[in-house]
Amino acid sequence: MADSIRVRTLFFGVYGELATEREGTSELPPGSTVFDLIEVLRGVRGFDWLPERVVVAVNQSYAEAGTSLSDGDEVALIPPVAGG
Amino acid sequence: MSSSASPMGRSPLIETAITTDSIDRLSSFDDLSEHSDGAVLVFQGRVRETNDGRKVTSLGYEAYGAMAEKELRAICDEAAGKFDIGAVRAYHRVGDLDLGDVSVVIGVAAPHRVDAYEASRFVIEELKRRLPVWKHERYAEGDAAWVGAPGEEEAR
Repeated sequence: MADSIRVRTLFFGVYGELATEREGTSELPPGSTVFDLIEVLRGVRGFDWLPERVVVAVNQSYAEAGTSLSDGDEVALIPPVAGG
Repeated sequence: MSSSASPMGRSPLIETAITTDSIDRLSSFDDLSEHSDGAVLVFQGRVRETNDGRKVTSLGYEAYGAMAEKELRAICDEAAGKFDIGAVRAYHRVGDLDLGDVSVVIGVAAPHRVDAYEASRFVIEELKRRLPVWKHERYAEGDAAWVGAPGEEEAR
């Protein structure tokens, strides 16, 4: 078993502006969850502007904080939506 | 274009798109071949000149394209499952829009008006709740802001 997984991270709307990047990659221990990824982004990457509850989509579907991540997953951080 | 099962035993026509093209004219149901739908309702959302008391000059819509396509389709599938409708079309425009441009079109054809109104309302409310689309407003004063940016609204 690999000792780490890599997930693709996407930042939209105001998150893309605050992150100064629309897209990135994060390396995590196997078995990591959405919650773990957010903690890494807040701590290691310094994205301390992320709200307490971040809405996330994994592979283009809304996902809960406890969702397990797999190598190659696409994880999007979804700021409050404003369509219509 | 495809169909999904309905509790009413019909297979409603469902068409959806997230597009940078103009959707101003996408509201016709002239192509419906059956005569079972007596009610056709078209909703257009347009770019308004003010928002929260500020004068808006133009807008940029950003979408998470692949997910927005899936989510809009899912919303329309749900509408077809909940209401007795013959067809639903939903289009959302993205990219740069001017005042008065049509940003969203929802068209519903149904045997009766009640289902047409309720299905249309369902689609627009769900779209506003969960479609991964963001609005960047540019104001007359020269500044710009993302609508619903953190601090203004609790995340879902």
